[in-house]
Amino acid sequence: MNPLELRGITKTYDGFTLGPIDLVVPRGYVMGLVGANGAGKTTLIKTSLGMVLPDAGTVAVVGHDRIGVVHDQPAYVADWTAVLVGRALAPFYPAWDQSRFDGLLAWAGIDPGKKVKELSRGMGMKLQLAVALSHGAELLILDEPTSGLDPLARSQLLDMVAEFMTEESHTVLFSTHITTDLEKVADYVTVIHEGRLLASTTRDELTEEWRMVHGAASELDAVRPLVRGLRQHARGWEGLMATPDTVALGRGTVIEQPTLEEIVVHLAKEPSHV
Amino acid sequence: MGLDVVLSNTSGVPIYEQIKGQLKAAILRGDVAEGDLLPSIRGLARDLRVSVITTTRAYSDLAAEGFVTNVPGKGSYVLPRNAELVRERALGEIEDLFADGVRVGRLAGLTPAELRQVLDTLIESEEQS
Repeated sequence: MNPLELRGITKTYDGFTLGPIDLVVPRGYVMGLVGANGAGKTTLIKTSLGMVLPDAGTVAVVGHDRIGVVHDQPAYVADWTAVLVGRALAPFYPAWDQSRFDGLLAWAGIDPGKKVKELSRGMGMKLQLAVALSHGAELLILDEPTSGLDPLARSQLLDMVAEFMTEESHTVLFSTHITTDLEKVADYVTVIHEGRLLASTTRDELTEEWRMVHGAASELDAVRPLVRGLRQHARGWEGLMATPDTVALGRGTVIEQPTLEEIVVHLAKEPSHV
Repeated sequence: MGLDVVLSNTSGVPIYEQIKGQLKAAILRGDVAEGDLLPSIRGLARDLRVSVITTTRAYSDLAAEGFVTNVPGKGSYVLPRNAELVRERALGEIEDLFADGVRVGRLAGLTPAELRQVLDTLIESEEQS
């Protein structure tokens, strides 16, 4: 069984509708969840965790004691010390491993007597990660864990994700708007925009399906309806095209494999109709 | 046993191709022996900070080309080198490289004799080194 499956999920707030969304997070892999701020990533994650009740649809997810979660800000009592956070949470997890927690605090360089409110952003992330990795979680859900982090803390997080994934029953759902986090480590990528799912496939397929095209102005009219996120300038144009659509382009055109960032940015712009 | 895998993010060659190419070269050089176990798919993914799908693809390509056999639950074992297959592959690669040379030579107006002279010189200098 997959650790997380969403079927026909919809949720409407004032002026924002998520879904309908079907999403399968396959066991044993890292699924990246990308989209602009406000695309619905956090709503989707909160729905998965039962923190938000959907208007329609079903959530099938592993038991909550088997899920480790890292939010962009620690949701612990601000006056608790790091060691108290561990003590307070341990009873909720049958598989709590205190020595692992102590070891992770040491790895993170967190003084056990430091209060939650005194932790830097990077330390706050690492404290949550220490909790998430100390109770035998099989599903790790990361909600924008790297926003506001320095490059070293980001790299340390990616190290821990890589280590976590050496166990084949482990799964990660990694939501971020910093797509470079996912460029190497993600097996699958889901792109959402304005509450809708634009793509959910392996990262390799996603970057094979699309091409970043830089072309001369004279060639644009023939392909204009096929270009996503078109940007025209005085010397030519650029945009994202489905790979099969690029075969007819002339030799002067530069056709490149897109980065995840380019795919997300261009798919999020409206298709350009003539 | 020296089994290094060194990846470039900017070479334009897909990561799985780079992994496959370097493991293949290590097998052909004899850095890993017949029957040796390659690093696990997940362990290699962790070490190289790449996705599991990437290393899985490299290993299944190696298996499809007859360099390793993937035993579920155990790992990837190096198969005996098939001398004839290796020779055939090498010849194919050499033909491609020579074809490039011939084309460049023709563009520059070199005669066939001059081209052969270049090849002879290369072989001689390789033998001396």
